[in-house]
Amino acid sequence: MMEKRIRVLVAKPGLDGHDRGAKVVARALRDAGFEVIYTGLRQTPEQIAEAALQEDVNVVAMSILSGAHPHLFPKVVELVHEKGMKDVLIVGGGVIPESDIPALKKAGIAEVFTPGTSTGDIVDFIKAHVK
Amino acid sequence: MDIVKDLLNGSKLALSRTITAIENEYEEASSIMRELYPHTGHAFVLGITGPPGAGKSTMTDKLARAYRNMGKTVGIIAVDPTSPFSGGAILGDRIRMNSLTLDEGVFIRSMGTRGSLGGLSHKTADAVKALDAFGKDVIFVETVGVGQSEVDIVKAADTTMVVLIPGMGDDIQAIKAGILEIGDVFAINKADHDGADKLQAELNMMLDLDGEKLDWRPPIQKVIASQGEGINELVALIEKHYAHIGATGKLAQRRHDRTKTELLELLKASIGSYITKNIVKTGRLDNCLKDIEEHRNDPYTIVHQLMNELLKQ
Amino acid sequence: MSTEKEKIQAELTQYNASAEKAIARFPERPNLPEQRLYTPLDIEKNDYADDIGFPGVYPYTRGVQPTMYRGRFWTMRMYAGFSTAEESNKRYRYLIESGASGLSCAFDLPTQIGYDSDDSISEGEVGKVGVAIDSLADMEILFDKIDLGKVSTSMTINAPASVLLAMYIAVAEKQGVTAEQLKGTIQNDILKEYAARGTYIFPPRPSMRLITNIFEYCSKNVPKWNTISISGYHIREAGSTAAQEIAFTISDGIAYVEAAIKAGLDVDAFAGRLSFFWNAHNNLLEEVAKFRASRRIWAKVMKERFNAKKPKSMMLRFHTQTAGSMLTAQQPNNNIVRVALQTAAAVMGGTQSLHTNSRDEALALPTEQSVMVALRTQQIVAYESGLADVIDPLAGSYYVESMTDKIEAEAWDYIKKIDEIGGAVAAIEKGYIQKEIQDSAYKWQMDVESNAKIIVGVNKFQVKEKPVEGLLRVDSSVGEKQKQKLADMKAKRNNDAVAKALAELETACKDENENLMPYILDAVRTYATLGEICGVMRKVFGEYEAHTNL
Repeated sequence: MMEKRIRVLVAKPGLDGHDRGAKVVARALRDAGFEVIYTGLRQTPEQIAEAALQEDVNVVAMSILSGAHPHLFPKVVELVHEKGMKDVLIVGGGVIPESDIPALKKAGIAEVFTPGTSTGDIVDFIKAHVK
Repeated sequence: MDIVKDLLNGSKLALSRTITAIENEYEEASSIMRELYPHTGHAFVLGITGPPGAGKSTMTDKLARAYRNMGKTVGIIAVDPTSPFSGGAILGDRIRMNSLTLDEGVFIRSMGTRGSLGGLSHKTADAVKALDAFGKDVIFVETVGVGQSEVDIVKAADTTMVVLIPGMGDDIQAIKAGILEIGDVFAINKADHDGADKLQAELNMMLDLDGEKLDWRPPIQKVIASQGEGINELVALIEKHYAHIGATGKLAQRRHDRTKTELLELLKASIGSYITKNIVKTGRLDNCLKDIEEHRNDPYTIVHQLMNELLKQ
Repeated sequence: MSTEKEKIQAELTQYNASAEKAIARFPERPNLPEQRLYTPLDIEKNDYADDIGFPGVYPYTRGVQPTMYRGRFWTMRMYAGFSTAEESNKRYRYLIESGASGLSCAFDLPTQIGYDSDDSISEGEVGKVGVAIDSLADMEILFDKIDLGKVSTSMTINAPASVLLAMYIAVAEKQGVTAEQLKGTIQNDILKEYAARGTYIFPPRPSMRLITNIFEYCSKNVPKWNTISISGYHIREAGSTAAQEIAFTISDGIAYVEAAIKAGLDVDAFAGRLSFFWNAHNNLLEEVAKFRASRRIWAKVMKERFNAKKPKSMMLRFHTQTAGSMLTAQQPNNNIVRVALQTAAAVMGGTQSLHTNSRDEALALPTEQSVMVALRTQQIVAYESGLADVIDPLAGSYYVESMTDKIEAEAWDYIKKIDEIGGAVAAIEKGYIQKEIQDSAYKWQMDVESNAKIIVGVNKFQVKEKPVEGLLRVDSSVGEKQKQKLADMKAKRNNDAVAKALAELETACKDENENLMPYILDAVRTYATLGEICGVMRKVFGEYEAHTNL
């Protein structure tokens, strides 16, 4: 167990092109010593789940600003689990109203990071909860 | 689960976890590799290297599609540098291969260099074997050609392709010493940019001067990877080289050399881990250091003693 | 004069000495720029006639019109649109009744990326960030009972701008309004999509062709239409600095002008219809300086680089939106104050039109009530604050003039660097512009996290809050509704006519010398869908693949 790294897939599901947050988080995770696989814009839930499988990531971190999160976040959880990856920590962020969060958590999103969250909090959360 | 059995039965999860075991140096990795070994040796391994920004990932993406069109299955290992400051890495090659993600015949794995001294080439070689045992026909290993360990990685390939782009200025002189020597096939990417002809002429001159490659003069192909131009021609050249080394016995020689290197590396690694386990972690190393510093002993005597102990075991 | 200068210099030296002493007792706030006081010495190189001058006169530092808001206020243009065309039509009519002087259409993401609502990729996105438009039928509903001969309409649409413009022209035809009468703007700025906003479709080359096709078509047929809104807004939102915002955007502008000239257009035939789009960020005085600097740079670019002759070609006219990324989800009422200050910056910077964000937009799309407050903010600044009573009120301020010069110089450095790389298209393909923006965004975030930069309610003065109630929810059935509408429309239209128009468009796409606008207009009139039209172009042009370097 000499060279273990926490591997995180940072993905933008859906069609919105606002990737400032995703990119800032990706860099912050790198600077925290994680290996970050960044897959860019317009990823379908199928692509995200498959990439998570091939890369054997510990964490899937998604960002959506378009409001499509109620549909797309749970879909990713479902597909990742279908691939036998039950121990992956799946988190989300973006413009997400507080009232949507309980349903997302119930669907298997471990935590939802809303605007104003510091990258340090995201790093700490991942370190504390990654399996 | 029986990870080896699952991998051999086509489980991508098992393949993925195997590569993780290799990367993280889990203890089970060596036993997995032992069991996978008899199932390896079938794949064609193509090394792809070149300076940063040369468009290697886009090229890999297009080559993979070309091989898929030929009915071959493809494995890709994309290596990116780890930050020496944080130990983290952004592995960004996959973004240029997104359209391959859902292709059942393609498996892509990104790896960070993780600052390992020489261990990286050994790990990528094992990851290649895992993909080989999984049944991939063609395996690409893509890496930035900047350091010796990267060069070592592509040396482990059957055929090595070097990707260059025009407008690198004097860099070509610097590159000459390193990766030019290992190129079996050269691709000039972004061939629609200014300076492509000049680069081709310079390359031709250098390759003509290189006497060592008399039986195979590395060909140069101009490519515009982003538009897929020149990709089929490039595949033809790669295949030609593969056929050439097969016919001349050089493939056998390369694989022989590779096995030899791997064997030696494995040996070194296992001695290394013995040292870590029995000497570093037990605190003995610190005691030895103290002895040296306080002039009770010297490094040569200590190494002699330790080696004797190791060999007796 | 020199004795005056010496006197100021001497007093400044004395002041600095006493300030240094004062710092020992009252330490200054950390992380501020070194210079704390500006004097005439900071603008002594500034030549009033050449560098500042008069409004409506080259280099337009003080504004593009001679009378600015003494003539009339800026256009208060509220960006809106969500759900179906029916819902958005209602919101537009509400805004017009409330005194908004122009419309600004927000389209949903499938529309912005050229997919129909029934495409599988559109799932979950239909009607979310804007209105869903699949065909002319939706567009007819969107502008129902709105007189296109009177209203000016801005459409935030880029990759498929040609198609939406064609739909707008076709709706006007049905209302009996000719293309010559139409007033408005399409964003049509693809380069910043690659660099910052992400809703691209085709690769740069065919995209640039579509843009120059629009320039040419509109110069002949829709003369009052602003054919492009070259946008720094999204570059800033993506994290750039003020100087980067205008530098990268003006470099994009240079690329468009070059492309149009290369396509054979006369610079003065189209340059007067180019417009810009800036962000109004938090630092009020820096923003005013930025707006002023941008006008001066563009005037010089057009005159010196492109030999434009008409004054209109040299005028940088711009729309402004307050900075969405500066809205906080914490204590959302504070956003009203932020937006008011940003509005002040835009007005003192001489904007031609303005959208003000609503307080709840860090949480969801704005409600009607919060949009009203945002619009009222503009009206208060216009009618009550006095800021719009004189032209360019901050001119002559040692600080603002010096900051204007500084931002201009910084921007020129970037523009030169991009020229060296081979222009904006090459710089984007190399990832240079994206990298610069990302570096600035990361620095900003780290400054906030280390408290070097304070955001009220986020990293200082936090309170425990209850979740905000009454947010706008887009009905999740909108996707299904839109699919049904689309199926009904397809059953009714003449599918042979659609197929014929699409086939002709495909042939035209393959011939680089054809202007595609007439073909797109023909296709739109047959009720060919946006997805079908863009599908044809995708087939011929291919799709852009992002090259992200982090």
